[in-house]
Amino acid sequence: MKRIAWGPVAKLVAVVAVLYALNALLPRLLNPYILRVVMLCGISVILAVSLNLINGFTGQFSIGHAGFMAIGAYSSATFSLQAGANWVRALEAAGTPTGIAQGAVLLAGLLLGGTVAAIAGYLVGLPSLRLRGDYLAIVTLGFGEIIRVLITNIDAVGAARGLPGIPAWTNVFWVGLVVVGVTVFSFHLARSTHGRALFAIRDDEVAAEALGVPTTSYKVLAFIIGSFFAGVAGALFAHYNAYLHPNSFTFLKSIEIIAMVVLGGMGSISGAILAAVILTLLPEVLRFAQELRMVLYSLMLIVLMITRPQGLLGAKEISLRWFTRTRPARAAR
Amino acid sequence: MSEFFQQLVNGITWGSVYALIALGYTMVYGILRLINFAHGDVYMLGAFFGYFVARALGATQEPGLLGALLVLLAAMAGCGAVGFVIERFAYKPVRRSSRLAALITAIGVSLLLENGGILVFGADPKFFPQIIPSRNLSLGGGVTISNQQIIILSVSLVLMVGLRFIVLHTRVGKAMRAVSYNHTAAALMGISVDRIVTFTFVLGSVLAAAAGVLVGLQNPKIEPLMGIMPGLKAFVAAVLGGIGNIPGAVLGGLVMGITEVMVVGYLSPSYRDAIAFVLLIIILLVRPAGLLGKYSAEKV
Amino acid sequence: MSQTLLKLDKVSVSFGGLKAVADLDLELSEGELVGLIGPNGAGKTTVFNLITGVYTPTSGSIYFRGHPIHGLKPHRIARAGITRTFQNIRLFPSMTSVENICVAAHQHARAGFVHAVLRTRTFQDDEAAILRRASELLETMGLAEWADTRASELPYGQQRRLEVARALAGAPKLLLLDEPAAGLNPQESEQLMRLIEDIRMRFGLAILLIEHDMRVVMGVCRRIAVLDYGIKIAEGTPGEIRANPKVIEAYLGEEVHADFGENSKLPRDEDSHA
Repeated sequence: MKRIAWGPVAKLVAVVAVLYALNALLPRLLNPYILRVVMLCGISVILAVSLNLINGFTGQFSIGHAGFMAIGAYSSATFSLQAGANWVRALEAAGTPTGIAQGAVLLAGLLLGGTVAAIAGYLVGLPSLRLRGDYLAIVTLGFGEIIRVLITNIDAVGAARGLPGIPAWTNVFWVGLVVVGVTVFSFHLARSTHGRALFAIRDDEVAAEALGVPTTSYKVLAFIIGSFFAGVAGALFAHYNAYLHPNSFTFLKSIEIIAMVVLGGMGSISGAILAAVILTLLPEVLRFAQELRMVLYSLMLIVLMITRPQGLLGAKEISLRWFTRTRPARAAR
Repeated sequence: MSEFFQQLVNGITWGSVYALIALGYTMVYGILRLINFAHGDVYMLGAFFGYFVARALGATQEPGLLGALLVLLAAMAGCGAVGFVIERFAYKPVRRSSRLAALITAIGVSLLLENGGILVFGADPKFFPQIIPSRNLSLGGGVTISNQQIIILSVSLVLMVGLRFIVLHTRVGKAMRAVSYNHTAAALMGISVDRIVTFTFVLGSVLAAAAGVLVGLQNPKIEPLMGIMPGLKAFVAAVLGGIGNIPGAVLGGLVMGITEVMVVGYLSPSYRDAIAFVLLIIILLVRPAGLLGKYSAEKV
Repeated sequence: MSQTLLKLDKVSVSFGGLKAVADLDLELSEGELVGLIGPNGAGKTTVFNLITGVYTPTSGSIYFRGHPIHGLKPHRIARAGITRTFQNIRLFPSMTSVENICVAAHQHARAGFVHAVLRTRTFQDDEAAILRRASELLETMGLAEWADTRASELPYGQQRRLEVARALAGAPKLLLLDEPAAGLNPQESEQLMRLIEDIRMRFGLAILLIEHDMRVVMGVCRRIAVLDYGIKIAEGTPGEIRANPKVIEAYLGEEVHADFGENSKLPRDEDSHA
């Protein structure tokens, strides 16, 4: 039987088609509450996988990730409020169907949010990456908080009152697309010489440098990419929630993302995805025990670190054949 | 000019509080290379223990130094026990694990104390009874100091001198210093590393508890999340002075306190919390070893 | 005609007030195998760290193939053609043997980042080439059967070999070996040394070797430099060094005739090396 040769373009088309279908079906099949949980899971997955690049792959303790999410959220929201909505109207006037117009402008917003966040990641990463372990953690924590405090003091984005009225353009398609994008990106990166360079830096930075790996460049690169995707996640969140408040991006949010990476297993992409889903569902499942929720959450962190610090999957991945295939199957003889 | 000196008095007072808390951070880091995120929450517990003991003693009916002393000692004992429990059950098991695992455990303990506090004490603020009613004394030149501030300064001083004595002139102190250099070597010298680690935690918690009660005397409003900001600021103070360095923690605490009071007084109160972070970033980028510390490079 | 490959010119480095290496002059020609010995704490590993850029000399210069390399960052020096092993093994524990070697081959990869993520043809060919080279090296070093074993799970002797293999993957012109035989029994040491001599001939490398096992050093090195308290106290052939009273005194603290490998089974400088 002849094996179909799945070229990369064919794979992309297939993914887009599936997401398009899901986007049409899910809002009909699921009640709004469950749909919301699914969307939030998706956003959490993007955050966890992006942080995994920095913490898991490269071994850099970054505990201010929420700051990059906030930058992406606020910058894209500002864009949409100032200019984006007008662009949509203009496109619609020119005959573009609403869904496509909104999608296109949202894409622009996502890229903007991601880029601004990436620039922030560069600015934070460059001076900080000379520092070791704990010190780096504290500096990233500091930066995350400074970003939040800055936002709280900028009147133009609502400061402590919050920023309402953001157009709600995020849907299953876009969240799904970014989830697939960041996951595929991570897998491809991991199984390449550049991924190996990152792992080498994590395992032994001195040895890596002695073998010709430009360690500082790679560490900064990991920061830039990780913060880019965090920014995109923030932008998606902004255009889903339709409202932003600085309190969504506190140190606690950064901890939640770290918890996902650690629970899944540092370095494991599928672990990060799995843990992100579990930890997003958990508060919903524990809704009945609202006051106990945070206590249980903190106990979970402690118990996890004591009993199984390597997380659910350690450094391994869930191995499914078509995730691990790195090159298109040669045509069957 | 008298305003400046007034701010200085206030700054040194707050600085002493930060110093007391910072000492706990620095001692634990020196011994375990662990940032004890939960330390600020031990300070909070100190305030709460003090509150409950004060209420139990009916101290509001008979205010006085003796009552205050009892409250202080009770809170210190209570938090010493808490420090013991935290170390034994949460930190000891992860001592051999990676640094990140220990960091996350510490964060977990911090969240546990905060949210546990909300659960047990309730999220609404309580009011520390006025055990020592406030009286102002003039220092001349328009500068006043309250008796509460005097108490804070003198108790802090006594505790710091006591700590210095322990660290420099007792066997336990010598053992602490040995363990902070090298666990294995200390163990080979016959020192029980576990006991010294526990002792250090208890000592740090006792100091934090004292800080909590002292602050409660002056600023009576207490609530379960009150330890977050002071804990963070004290941590910055410890880093500022050189983390692991005991005199550094005192110096850092004073610098932190004075800077904060000055910025709030002369610039704007809304920057109060941001100063700590800015100071932190500056010190870590310019001189990570801190004012009195030594940055030890990795041996290749 | 052998050219000067590495030249250290009055190199000194101080840490705080302590001069760890003082006015060191050292030269290596292409293809030479030179030993660096001395009592513990003499500064031998510090010299390696100076050459590889971990430390910057406080005075003096280091030239490699005529170009100054002092002050360059370690990864640039590695790319220029100097690689090393470490006194305490520094393998990448979470990665397999073959992956460890692939990291060192990184500098020769042509496919950039974008290629890697998009999995282009260039990238795939690159990866195949890297993998091929790594497998060959594993064969040469006798490690083929451990190709897919995690470095942390390898037996000690194999770990030492893997470190050497990894250092070779960068196709260096100069290889710095820091006590490669440490912890090995006499047979393993002998095997390792034969292997190293083999590699040197095959790849035309120069090797600078730190070792405490005198049989190994005297047997393999053509020239030996002796350090004590950061100062070079002697340099010469194994025979000269063996008889040098200053060297003996440095090691033993008094003038005594010590057995510096006179009974070694390894080929000695008089018999081989035309």
